[in-house]
Amino acid sequence: MANMPVSEMRLPPHLAHLLAARRLDTAKDVLSLPEVELMAILDAGLPTARAAVALVSEAACPPCQTALTLLEERVRLGGGGRLATTLCGLDEALGGGIPMGKLTEVVGPSGIGKTQFCLKLALLAALPEYYGGLDGRVVYIDTEFKFSSRRMIEIGQKSFPQIFRQGLAQKMAGRILVTRPTSLADFTKSLEEMKVTLLQHDVKLLIVDSMAALMSLENEKATAGFRQHPLRWTLSFLKSIAEFSRVPVVVTNQVRSQSNDDGYHFSFEVDKKDGNKCAERFDSHLVAALGIQWAHAVTVRLVFESHSGHRFIKVAKSPMSPAVAFPFVVESSGITLLRDESIDVTGPEITSIRCQGQNVLAR
Amino acid sequence: MGEQSGAQNAWDMLSDEQSQKHITTGSGDLNDILGGGIHCKEVTEIGGVPGVGKTQLGIQLAINVQIPVEYGGLGGKAVYIDTEGSFMVERVYQIAEGCIRDILEHFPHSHEKSSSGQKQLQPEHFLADIYYFRICSYTEQIAVINYLEKFLGEHKDVRIVVIDNVTFHFRQDFEDLALRTRVLSGLSLKLMKIAKTYNLAVVLLNQVTTKFTEGSFQLTLALGDSWSHSCTNRLILYWNGNERYAHLDKSPSLPVASAPYAVTGKGIRDAVSSHHKRARVT
Repeated sequence: MANMPVSEMRLPPHLAHLLAARRLDTAKDVLSLPEVELMAILDAGLPTARAAVALVSEAACPPCQTALTLLEERVRLGGGGRLATTLCGLDEALGGGIPMGKLTEVVGPSGIGKTQFCLKLALLAALPEYYGGLDGRVVYIDTEFKFSSRRMIEIGQKSFPQIFRQGLAQKMAGRILVTRPTSLADFTKSLEEMKVTLLQHDVKLLIVDSMAALMSLENEKATAGFRQHPLRWTLSFLKSIAEFSRVPVVVTNQVRSQSNDDGYHFSFEVDKKDGNKCAERFDSHLVAALGIQWAHAVTVRLVFESHSGHRFIKVAKSPMSPAVAFPFVVESSGITLLRDESIDVTGPEITSIRCQGQNVLAR
Repeated sequence: MGEQSGAQNAWDMLSDEQSQKHITTGSGDLNDILGGGIHCKEVTEIGGVPGVGKTQLGIQLAINVQIPVEYGGLGGKAVYIDTEGSFMVERVYQIAEGCIRDILEHFPHSHEKSSSGQKQLQPEHFLADIYYFRICSYTEQIAVINYLEKFLGEHKDVRIVVIDNVTFHFRQDFEDLALRTRVLSGLSLKLMKIAKTYNLAVVLLNQVTTKFTEGSFQLTLALGDSWSHSCTNRLILYWNGNERYAHLDKSPSLPVASAPYAVTGKGIRDAVSSHHKRARVT
């Protein structure tokens, strides 16, 4: 409630007038100033400034809950707050599936299966509840023109033959809205319109495939310093959409090859810098263009990688589970796990992304 | 010497310091480098790369502060300020269960004691004693920190305030960096005052960023040098080979040191390689 107007706060009249006279109209206006500066602007003493800050803060502060009421709300909303992927091992590791109301990142090298995974999720969200779906619409933001209706219907027919045989293909496909923004401005505009759409049209899943493509479009035009801003705004907007509408948001991310001087350390780790070059390459792949800020902001990170002749889905970041990986293949019915028992992943392997034996970085 | 307002002589402070309680982290090794655990009356900053366990530790502390006095804990309540939506309530439940299981293991006859006036050893009771604020902008973050002074006056049993994480909104939305520094200084002073006035621990989780120093990029905690002065203690969580480590980077009385820890299904515990045989409840 940063934009909460001061006029709605029921402050004592003398304070309300004082703030209005100085054009401090919202909570944000008042609270963005250090106390001393507020005093100067109001031309008032410290007690007055303090009183104003205390009252405005109390009004603008979000309501207090307890962890117990959160749990009870989660139980009441039902569904465990997850979208099951039907990949049993993965669902178990994630506590039921992709979490609702949070941002999940799917990152990996090109061609490994991220879009296949997204297509399957889109289908699952559209399926009726008695088939394990969310019975809702899906918004699929396709920035690289990778969405294939034909492929999605094929996945549907092979994974859920009983449903699709009944001719529900058209209905299911009709629930998936695909938009293809060609620039960040386009994307931003669709996101803004999204907030309303999500509620009005019973959208149950939002997919952005891929985020990195949009960012690199902008990078070609923008100056170096500007690069951070669209990302930051997009990040918080996506998160707020997710939480506000309780919808899972899945974003795919690309990788780029590692350059020689990547691999960062804290200053107290000084002796590591001269150490084994090989070990360095494992570290801190998150520090790259979409980089570390992005990595902090997502709640769940699924890394799709390949090594030792297999492809793996690795749960690299999740509040609910330690890092584990599952080998998978891509078949006509979409992504399938080769085994449901997870493989533990520890140490630097958690954050690295491997592509045919080489390490790559998240873009 | 007379009673100068606000001043205390060092001898009195010493006995204060010694009687000060600590909040166990769940890992004996981590407690050791911290001098027993997270200190009340102080602000501790905990930073690290994504996925290393900051939120896990924040939640663990919000649970451990509630360990009843008869089991060696503070028997207090917690305030958890969530700025990014990292607080996953099912995980909090798991960690509460893990803590209770360890208490019962250490104190096998506790379930036989009468529970009059004592906290019931049920996860729901632990969850009920975590006051939760979800904030979505830096304005709300400032508002809640300001409001805490009144809130804590009305809830005197709170012994820890966790802000997870303090950086997110300030890195994003604040255009005027100089103003940001001044606002942050004001906030950090407020937090220090809250810690001292209400005799509780303030724990600030922080993200990392890269900084170009000494000819190369290094990892450092976000919000810059001006913020780094604000905290009494700083703990940095990082990866050392295959293990998670914590490095005590700043402390008024303890030496710089590192220790391994683990994130398990039950919460934060000693690393497998630790010499501590059992989970630390006290």
